Amino acid sequence: MEYPSKLIEDAVNQIAKLPGIGKKTALRLVLHLIKDKSENTYALTDALVKLRGNIKFCSSCHNISDHDVCSICLSQRRDRSVICVVEDSKDVMAIENTAQFVGLYHVLGGVISPMNGIGPSELKIDSLVTRISAAQNEVKEIILALSPTMEGDTTAFYINRRIKDFTVKVSVIARGVPVGGDLEYADEITLGRSIAGRTLFQ
Amino acid sequence: MYLQKLQLLNFKNYEEIALDFASKVNVLVGRNGSGKTNLLDAIYYLSFTKSAFATSDLHCVRKGESFLMVKAAFKKNNTVFEVSSAIQSGQKKVFREGGNEYQKLSDHIGRFPVIMIAPDDVDIIKEGSEARRRFFDSAISQLDKEYLNHLIVYNNALKQRNSLLKMFADSGRPDWLAIESYDRLLVQHGEAIYTRRKRFCDEYLPVFRKYFNFLVNEAETSTLAYESGVLTNGFQEQLVRNRQRDLVMQRTNFGVHRDDYIFSLGEGDLKRLGSQGQQKSFVIALKLAQFEILEQHNQFKPILLLDDIFDKLDDQRITKLLELIRSDLGQLFITDARPGRTKDLLDAVGVEATVLFVDAGRISVGH
Repeated sequence: MEYPSKLIEDAVNQIAKLPGIGKKTALRLVLHLIKDKSENTYALTDALVKLRGNIKFCSSCHNISDHDVCSICLSQRRDRSVICVVEDSKDVMAIENTAQFVGLYHVLGGVISPMNGIGPSELKIDSLVTRISAAQNEVKEIILALSPTMEGDTTAFYINRRIKDFTVKVSVIARGVPVGGDLEYADEITLGRSIAGRTLFQ
Repeated sequence: MYLQKLQLLNFKNYEEIALDFASKVNVLVGRNGSGKTNLLDAIYYLSFTKSAFATSDLHCVRKGESFLMVKAAFKKNNTVFEVSSAIQSGQKKVFREGGNEYQKLSDHIGRFPVIMIAPDDVDIIKEGSEARRRFFDSAISQLDKEYLNHLIVYNNALKQRNSLLKMFADSGRPDWLAIESYDRLLVQHGEAIYTRRKRFCDEYLPVFRKYFNFLVNEAETSTLAYESGVLTNGFQEQLVRNRQRDLVMQRTNFGVHRDDYIFSLGEGDLKRLGSQGQQKSFVIALKLAQFEILEQHNQFKPILLLDDIFDKLDDQRITKLLELIRSDLGQLFITDARPGRTKDLLDAVGVEATVLFVDAGRISVGH
């Protein structure tokens, strides 16, 4: 596309690099920013600069944090004997929203997928092992909350083997029919797994 | 089962056509390059969710256009099934049956089975083991959806493992535990693949021999043997034993992805010793056996696509093939560049056929 200004072209190209945004959407956003009050644009760029300059990752669980250690890891009300292993910070937010979990997290930063250049050493797996070891038997259970895909399962298998010498219980989140869902609409593999992994009625 | 109606929009050289077919023999006549094979490919596409020839979906789209649509009505046990598909650049390929979109394309494969016999089929004999695995994998997948799922997971795990080997070869610090995470998947799915392939070959060999002997009238025994490393050695142990070599070569040297099927005639290897005619008869027998096994399994006949077949066979084999057609092979599509020939051959044995004239992407019905 031809742009009337090099400034617009540069801005469009930068914004179009973001996930889920194409050139057309980027152009719409850019034109909006020009029309909008200039304070708003400065507030936006200011927020972004601060975000990049100041954002930290928790040195213990690698979740996004404002400080060296995140508020969850610092909290006295959290159960330190359980660590829930997740792919990324989005998953922490999702599990926090359930209000069902009071333990700590460990954010891997992805799952093992060598085709995409992600081997075990690209993830925070060594750090998890060190963390369990340093806690000296304080950690009793590791919950593997990874996607039920081949990559997720492989990562779970790998982590399980890496920590098998510690006396911790390793569990995985249940796979099965969604709550409020109809059985007949569940696919065969999911339904099969939920039959195999059925729980006692309480 | 047969194909009642076919509609194409921007499929290869077809701009827009709508056709009705005879439930038995359809003969497509037209000059080379007129689009006969493309029409067969459209039917193949509707069965396999991909072209038999084009390497990319977008190659099926007519030159200068950005999308294609194919739509068909299959009749199976007195029920009509409407299958449609669309390809558009930049978007996911869509496949529907009865208006419902498939979540996975693999769910469609095998529902409306098609077998194509084409001139380049001899590649199955002449090319490397990959061509033979592809033929048998496709044959088994049409019978057994679970097999297809095993293959998909196996191939995915294999790609991941090979990428991992490359990664470790570069860094020089192999993490054997990570490799093992994939070995586990290769063993689990590889063993299932091995068992299914072996069972298929046992079932397939006598049927194949029947057709081969019928076509060539020779006393020589034809054989196809499934050869797999898994047969003689433990899968898991071999993967462990081959690790260093895998790392050096940056790929997995052992597994069902290296299996082969050995074709032989009498004492000799078909690839090296067989004559052209023997090789052609061999591949036609391979396909006809596949046809019969699919029919036994499904309790209905697949659609048979015969591309340019009479051009490559001598009179004796043509006579044999016509005998089979007369005995009822279900719905057939035969292409022929020479007007009249196929029709005359069929008339001579008393088989009724509908002739469709293909000319530069247009089709008219003749008599």
